[in-house]
Amino acid sequence: MSTPRAERLVNLVLCLLSTRQFLSAERIRGIVPGYADALSDEAFYRMFERDKTELRDLGVPLETGRTGSFETTDGYRIARRDYELGDIDLEPDEAAAVALAARLWDSPQFTGAAHGALIKLRAAGVDVDQDVRAAVEPKVRTSEPAFPSLLAAVQAGQVVEFDYRRLPATDVATRTIEPWGVVARRGRWYLVGHDRDRGATRCFRLSRVVGEVRTVGKPGVVDRPVDVDLLSFVATTQNDPQPSSPTRLWVAKGRAQGLRRRADVVGEQLLDGELGDLVEIELRFPDSAARWIAGFGPDVLVLEPEVLAKSVRERLLGALRSQRGAEVGS
Amino acid sequence: MSASSERVPRLLALVPYLLARPGIPLREVAADFEVPEKQLRKDLELLWMCGLPGYGPGDLIDLSFEGDTVTVGFDAGMSRPLRLTAAEATSLLVALRALSDTPGMLDAEAVQRAVAKIEAAVGQAQPAGVTVGLAIREAPETAKVRDALQDGVRRERALRLRYYTPSRDEITDRVVDPLRMLLVEGYSYLEAWCRAADGVRLFRLDRIDEVEVLDEPSAPPPHVRLTDTSEGLFPPDPSQRIAVLVLEPDARWVSEYYPVEDVVELGRGRARVMMRYTDLSWMARLTLGLGGDVHVEHPAELADEVVRQATEALRRAEHLPAT
Repeated sequence: MSTPRAERLVNLVLCLLSTRQFLSAERIRGIVPGYADALSDEAFYRMFERDKTELRDLGVPLETGRTGSFETTDGYRIARRDYELGDIDLEPDEAAAVALAARLWDSPQFTGAAHGALIKLRAAGVDVDQDVRAAVEPKVRTSEPAFPSLLAAVQAGQVVEFDYRRLPATDVATRTIEPWGVVARRGRWYLVGHDRDRGATRCFRLSRVVGEVRTVGKPGVVDRPVDVDLLSFVATTQNDPQPSSPTRLWVAKGRAQGLRRRADVVGEQLLDGELGDLVEIELRFPDSAARWIAGFGPDVLVLEPEVLAKSVRERLLGALRSQRGAEVGS
Repeated sequence: MSASSERVPRLLALVPYLLARPGIPLREVAADFEVPEKQLRKDLELLWMCGLPGYGPGDLIDLSFEGDTVTVGFDAGMSRPLRLTAAEATSLLVALRALSDTPGMLDAEAVQRAVAKIEAAVGQAQPAGVTVGLAIREAPETAKVRDALQDGVRRERALRLRYYTPSRDEITDRVVDPLRMLLVEGYSYLEAWCRAADGVRLFRLDRIDEVEVLDEPSAPPPHVRLTDTSEGLFPPDPSQRIAVLVLEPDARWVSEYYPVEDVVELGRGRARVMMRYTDLSWMARLTLGLGGDVHVEHPAELADEVVRQATEALRRAEHLPAT
């Protein structure tokens, strides 16, 4: 019966960890159980190449070299100090933080990796309790299609090029960026980097990247400044809305609950035969206030300020125009 | 991903893991490695065949079983786990830094100690290229709601909530059994068993108007299952109705804010999208508010409702006293 591949790989690791000398492929073939299954030299080398690749992919530091000048081919070994995880000992509160961190990700790039990290920490003797309770359980997704390629480009230090749509939407434009990092803020992903065409630091929302991200030139050319706080940079590009001056509205009785919960009733008024409340409200998001109020239709009317009444009226007229207009062709 | 790319790392970790925990029940090992006990037994049988060149009785990994427990007798030189890969270190360190920068999440000092220890053990200092900020924008009244909810979750008490449901534009009182607090894509939620709905529900914190922590204990049914967040909180629901909208450039944000499907670019920033909705009145509110920046292609009842409400609102506004 042939030796299972996993068994062969474990034996290969144990063998290379136990040797101080570099072992040639031929020696390994003679020692490690499983390689004798290869019926030809070609089959063996194919098998061995595949095994080396797999171990390197797993992060096993395979060293190549020659023990003495009389050796004619390169051999292999694993240096224990490069292989082994350093000593680590976590206090219970530190281990709780690690447990919570490991389950932060809902991400194809990071969920499996975090689990792998946890297994290794446990194997190092650290007790990480899965069931640790947290005051708040944060979850981070990386579902933007552009995420994997931008992350790879950042980590490789490679320039990228992509089509990008600004909002309010215009035609897409191609941007060429030296990427410094991908940043999540308030649930949205951004790329921060040096925009070559604009000659300045810029921030791009991943959801506005259109199509594929293309790499430009060789890896390792991007010089990321060490003193830039990417998260703060993203924050400076976004302004918090300013509260508006008080607004007076008429709200039909028992209607527009979503608006009423933010408003104070100051009186009543009959309008067009319908009884309503007079309310005052502090609008948190003046930019979107007209949209919000127009959405309530005949249930909410703006008494003041006049500018808001006017933009609500424009929206309602726009809705009429748009729905009654001709079908939109592509 | 090949089967061995998951199995080999587990096999390499098992021996040092067991070495650190002599006599551990197999059930606990399986739980820690997140594999069925049957698979774990196969792994251990395989390890038993592995060892040092020579492969005689004294060279092979020695495992002894007693009852349902296992102990390593000889580790064949595999006493420590393999170091973390770059991806493993990144996933953990980025998450830890995110936690440490978020007030109230955890003891920030403990998180920073954990970061330092893991960095030291991993021996990797290069920046990960990923930064996660978990802080969100929160109104002062929401902070009060949060405190009350956390108190209820911690003391495992039932909660009475006054909750605003946007889909129905309705405020209701309900009693819930809290399960946990979630922070997902920029919003905080209470996940709880809703007694009125007889199911697990997510309550967005900025839609909770009042919280009362009750004296009675939180008692969710034993079979209750937490929401799987891996596909997002609101995966497409085939039972929902479908609207087809043409978004003008000024309304393109809709396709970022709400889940939409089948986006077709129409040029100059316009797009046709498919959007799912449960409640016609909610969808009409959204579309009406967008004014001329959206055109409803489907369904006709939505377009009709928008026209009806816009006409009525404009007519009613004519009755306003002149200012």
